[in-house]
Amino acid sequence: MGHDEFQKHEAKILTPSFIVLLTLTVIGFALIAVRFIWGLGAVSNMSDGYPWGIWITYDVAVGTAIACGGYGMAILIYIRNKMHYHPMIRSAILTSMFGYGLAGFSVMVDVGRPWNSYNFFIPSKWQANSAMFEVALCVMAYTTVLLLEFLPAVLTTLEKTEWNTLQRFMDMLHKRTGINRPERMDERLESVKELAAWLKPRLDKVLIFVIVLGITLPTMHQSSLGSLLLIASTKLHPLWHTGFLPLLFLINCMFIGYSIAILESVISSYAFKRPFETKELSGIANIIPWLTVIWLTVVIGDLTWRGQLGTALSLDFYSRFFLLDFGLVAGGSLLLFSGRKRESVRWLFVSAAMIVLGGALYRFNVYLIGFNPGKGWHYFPALAELLITVGIVAFEILGYQVLVKILPVLPKLHTRQQLDAKKHDDPVTV
Amino acid sequence: MGKPSRRQFFKIMGATGAALLAGRGRASASEEHSVNNETVGMLYDATKCVGCKACMSACKRVNSDYGSLAYEQAKFDKDGLWDAPQDLSGSTRTLIKLFKESEKSWSYVKYSCMHCQKPSCVSVCPVSAMTRDKITGTVDYNKNTCIGCRYCQIACAFNIPKFQWDKAIPQIVKCDMCKDTNLVKKGITGCAEACPTGAIMFGKRKELLAEAQKRLLENPGIYVNHIYGEQEVGGTNHLYLSAMPFDKLGLPILTKDVPAEFSEKIQHTIYKGFIAPVALYGTLCFVALKNMKGHESEDKKNRTEDAKEGSDHGA
Repeated sequence: MGHDEFQKHEAKILTPSFIVLLTLTVIGFALIAVRFIWGLGAVSNMSDGYPWGIWITYDVAVGTAIACGGYGMAILIYIRNKMHYHPMIRSAILTSMFGYGLAGFSVMVDVGRPWNSYNFFIPSKWQANSAMFEVALCVMAYTTVLLLEFLPAVLTTLEKTEWNTLQRFMDMLHKRTGINRPERMDERLESVKELAAWLKPRLDKVLIFVIVLGITLPTMHQSSLGSLLLIASTKLHPLWHTGFLPLLFLINCMFIGYSIAILESVISSYAFKRPFETKELSGIANIIPWLTVIWLTVVIGDLTWRGQLGTALSLDFYSRFFLLDFGLVAGGSLLLFSGRKRESVRWLFVSAAMIVLGGALYRFNVYLIGFNPGKGWHYFPALAELLITVGIVAFEILGYQVLVKILPVLPKLHTRQQLDAKKHDDPVTV
Repeated sequence: MGKPSRRQFFKIMGATGAALLAGRGRASASEEHSVNNETVGMLYDATKCVGCKACMSACKRVNSDYGSLAYEQAKFDKDGLWDAPQDLSGSTRTLIKLFKESEKSWSYVKYSCMHCQKPSCVSVCPVSAMTRDKITGTVDYNKNTCIGCRYCQIACAFNIPKFQWDKAIPQIVKCDMCKDTNLVKKGITGCAEACPTGAIMFGKRKELLAEAQKRLLENPGIYVNHIYGEQEVGGTNHLYLSAMPFDKLGLPILTKDVPAEFSEKIQHTIYKGFIAPVALYGTLCFVALKNMKGHESEDKKNRTEDAKEGSDHGA
């Protein structure tokens, strides 16, 4: 498991999709500016009855679950000891980094008085009863951990770079403006490279402790994301309000994480025209049904215990959303129990998509759809509110696209073939 | 290598689940929270209220500068002659509403913070911007700490805290019993002082409860036989008497279960002494390090085997 498992994706950065994503990003960020000048009411439909809208529900609750690919892969590789998945970890960590970073950014857009956030670091203001306090600190810590986990990719690049672009840029500046190159420029660039080379082996030594921290923190805050709604016992529909919310959210983020790892791999193989990683994917797909079965069992057991099974099957508004999220997760898992379907990229994609949709819908149900503050309150996101979310997601995809082209993130193709060969002796079993 | 690690994985999963289950178990078997009747509150008697709204105007007069309140304009009122709030809002802390079932059956109702004995808003505020005074029982808000996350709004069963959606520098607005304004100057809340019919009574919770029980006893058949707030969500310091069922006045039907107790028990069990997270981290570190060691030795073995093979081929 060295740094030579990864490679840059050699392709142009300025593609048509780049332009589209950039446009969406610019629109989203312009609307964020509007929000900071004229207040939250100017761009969103949130109200005193529905104080949390699509930003908290999608960008934070669903977004961080989708960003759990890094968490899932780290468990698989370092705890379950499946080291041959290691080539897939960097792209998983990169997406997690973007997911969490932008969830944090969304929160800063969503909260009314972000300048007071420093209070999270003042012990006298700490409030350990609050699940929000736990989520906030944990998410901040985890984002830092993800940056550290990704640092080796940056350091490797810095160490090997010839600064071509920078050199060309300096030459151009020199030609156009006549400004002389600073004399000690090369020396300084050289010292950056040296620093990177010095730092990398030292970071490698302690990295495992950071990685394990990167497994502990999501376990904590993903369950706390469920705990957030424990307090709303009179507002959250009984189909979803249960003491098991933290456990359900924890398992939910794991199967979403593995499923999204499959989707990401299939989509990026397709988009970047690389061969599909079917073997690794069906290995991951093997784990998902076990997690979903635990999840589905807890859901049904809990509903039975609380005597809400009838409500679940009553086919009213809430029951339909419940059955939809339950059905999507159950259906997707059922497909994955078939060994032959796990070998097919198409079925892998379909079942992973169903599980991600179902898992995400579960979080929507808890945060928005099943949340009823009383008579007279309604919520549907405003266009500007949606466009801000779209802009943030576009920025996420944009960043991923660009970074895989300038940093060694994706698995190296020849190591992959070696892996395939090796796996014949060592079949993946769960 | 595969099998033991799988077992370890399920062990960890099981431990996490068990911790959460234990949380659930203990939540139901907890001691009741204690109600402090020496704290102060208000008793609102809907049968005495004539709907003059003197309390509303007094509240704004007294608290508007300190509490960031403002007059709200009605659509028809272009000159802004009247304060016309539709509901509690980022500009209005207290409000009188009329509920009319028929010509004979109607009632006024006053909304404002219930000042719970175990307030959900205080329990969920991540930065202690919402606090409950131990002696007076007043639930207060500090805008200089608040980050504007609006978790208090999610948590409040009465939908009391309001947010200033139309401001670039918004804050939460809710009743603070005039604790820095009228209460300091005159020893009574602005609304209770202004009420001309004695519909709002200010005092210690035990006095208010005694008075409410007296009125219920002395006027059989007039009131609904229930003091709203005595038991609801573990007791509130703002109490209600009414002739009309409370849910018809827009007050939610609540049990004596305390939502903040339920959530805190689960949170406390998982994070008690921060033992579980540290234990999880330690266990995971142990497993991960062991796995890494295994791979290093395997790598070495592979390398020597490769070398051997190489030499075999050479021979």
